[in-house]
Amino acid sequence: MTVPHPSARLLARYAHDAAAPPGGAPAGALPGGALAGDEVWAVEAHLESCAECRARLAAVVGERAPAVAALVDAVWAELEPLAATIVPAPRRPRWARRLATWMTPAMLSWLVMTALVTPLAVVAHEMAGGGRVAPVLVLAPVLPVLGVAASWARGLDPAYELVAGTPRAGLELVLRRTAAMLAVLVPVLLAAGWVTGVMAAQWLLPCLAFTTGTLVLGGLIGMTRAAVALVTVWAAVIVAPILALSRLPSVLEPGVLPVWGGLFVLGAAVVITRKHAYTLLGVHR
Amino acid sequence: MTRAVGAAEVAPTPYAWEIRAEGLKVRAGRRMAVDGLDLSLGTGVHGLLGPNGAGKTTLIRALATVLRPADGTLELLGVPAGGQAGRRELRRRIGYLPQDFGYYKRFTVREFVEYMAWLKEMPAKEIPAAVQHAVERVGLADRADHRMRTLSGGMVRRAGVAQAIVNDPRILLLDEPTVGLDPAQRLRFRELLQSLGAGSCVIVSTHLVEDVAAACTDVVLIAGGELVFQGTPARLAGAGTPDHPGDTPMERGYSALLSRSEQGGGAW
Repeated sequence: MTVPHPSARLLARYAHDAAAPPGGAPAGALPGGALAGDEVWAVEAHLESCAECRARLAAVVGERAPAVAALVDAVWAELEPLAATIVPAPRRPRWARRLATWMTPAMLSWLVMTALVTPLAVVAHEMAGGGRVAPVLVLAPVLPVLGVAASWARGLDPAYELVAGTPRAGLELVLRRTAAMLAVLVPVLLAAGWVTGVMAAQWLLPCLAFTTGTLVLGGLIGMTRAAVALVTVWAAVIVAPILALSRLPSVLEPGVLPVWGGLFVLGAAVVITRKHAYTLLGVHR
Repeated sequence: MTRAVGAAEVAPTPYAWEIRAEGLKVRAGRRMAVDGLDLSLGTGVHGLLGPNGAGKTTLIRALATVLRPADGTLELLGVPAGGQAGRRELRRRIGYLPQDFGYYKRFTVREFVEYMAWLKEMPAKEIPAAVQHAVERVGLADRADHRMRTLSGGMVRRAGVAQAIVNDPRILLLDEPTVGLDPAQRLRFRELLQSLGAGSCVIVSTHLVEDVAAACTDVVLIAGGELVFQGTPARLAGAGTPDHPGDTPMERGYSALLSRSEQGGGAW
C-alpha cells in the first residue's frame, strides 16, 4: 500500500498555522482559514514517520513561518559548536554484539579450556606413541556437559536471574547457546579425531547424547546438578573402564553407536516437549 | 503543538487490575513462602514492606513469572501468569530488577542494557534510542561507556534499574532497588519512581519505611506470606500509636500492624 503524502498546499498551511500566535488569526491569512484539528493530527502523524515530507516541510518553513525558521537557525547556531566537540560513543563492532546473542561472556573460560585441552591431549597421546584409546573419545562426552553448565548454571552464569525473566529465555535461548557451543566444539573435536584417525560418528554421537542429556536433566533438577550427575556418569562408564582395563570401554564400541543416536533423538524430543521448563528460575539451580 | 496519538496508546485495557492475585501460594525451596495472598494492584507506585523472610522476594519472582505459583490464581495484565500461553508476550511488558542481580563485568553499561533489550525482544531499530533514554533516566549517561566492573555499588544498581525500564514496562518489579544508594541518590530515585508510577504499575520491595512514605502511592505490608495491610502511606502511619516502637509515625504504624498480625497468628 502506498501512503498518500500531504499536498504541498497542506504542508504550507501547516507551516503557516504553526507560525501564528496561539488563538490569534495567522498573519497574512491564506485562503481557506486555519487547518482543522483532524487535519493537523493527520499531517503530524504522517510527518513523524516520513523523512521525505519533513524535508518538504523544512523547505516551506523558511517562507511561510520566518519566526520558526529564525528560531531553528538560532538553536542550530548554538548547537553546532557543541556538536563538533561531541565524540560518538565507542561502539563494539557488529560481530561482537552479534556474538553476545549466541554466547554469554561467561562461556569464554569454557571456550579457552576446550581449545587448549583437546590439542594438548592429542599431542600428549601422540608423544606417548599412540595409546589404545584416542583422547577425542574420552573428551567428546564431557566437554559439552561443561559447556552447557557454563551457559546455564547459576554459579557460572552471573546474569542468570535477569536472563530467566526475559521473553527470549526458553527454548530459543537454549537452542542458540547449545548451537553456539557445538559450533566451537565439533570443529575442534573433528580436527583431533582426524589427527588420531577416529571415525567421526564414534565420538559425535556420544557428544550429542551427553549434550541433550544435560539439557533434559537440567530441565528437571537444575543445570548444576545435571552437570555434576553427567560428569559422574562419564567418569563411571568411560574413564573408569579405560583406567582399569586400558582398552576401549564397551559403551564406545561401534555396535553401541545406535544406542547413543537413539539417546540423542530421545533427549532432543524431551527438550522440545518440556520447553516451558527452561523459562523458570529452577533450571539455573 | 498537538502530538499525534497512536492507536496502541488509546486502546482500552482489557483488565481491571495490572496485578490480581487470589489465594496465591508460591514455594521457595520446600517452604511455602507466599501462602494464600490476595492482592489487587493498579497503576501507581506500590511499596512492598515486610520483615525478612516475609516472602517479598518470592512474591516478586512469581510476579516476574520466573517462579510458577503452587496454588491460587495470579493474573498479570489480564493474563494468567501460571499458564504457558501468552507468557512470552506478557514478559515483554514486564521489567524486573532482582535483589542480587549478576551481570557480565566485561560489558559496558550500554552493552549491558542493550543485551537486556535484545533479550526482551525489542525491535532492533528501537534499541539504541531506548537504551540511551533508560541510561539517562537513571543518571548514568556520563558512565554509559564505562565497563560494569568499574562502577560503584549504587551505579550498578542504577544500571539494573535502567535495564528494567528499557522496554517501557507496564509492570515494573524492583526488589530492594535503594540498597547501596547514597541519600542524594535515594532522593533522585524517589523522583524517578514517581514519574514511572504515573503510567505503569510499579512494585518496590524495601526495608526502608521512609522510602515508602516519600515515593509510594500505596503500601502493601506482608508477613508470613500473607497480606497484613494495604492502603495509603497515611493510613499506615495512622495505624500506630506513640506506644509502638519506631522513630517516625510510619515506623510506628509498621510495627503496630506487624505486632497485631503476630498476635493473631499466635492466638489461633
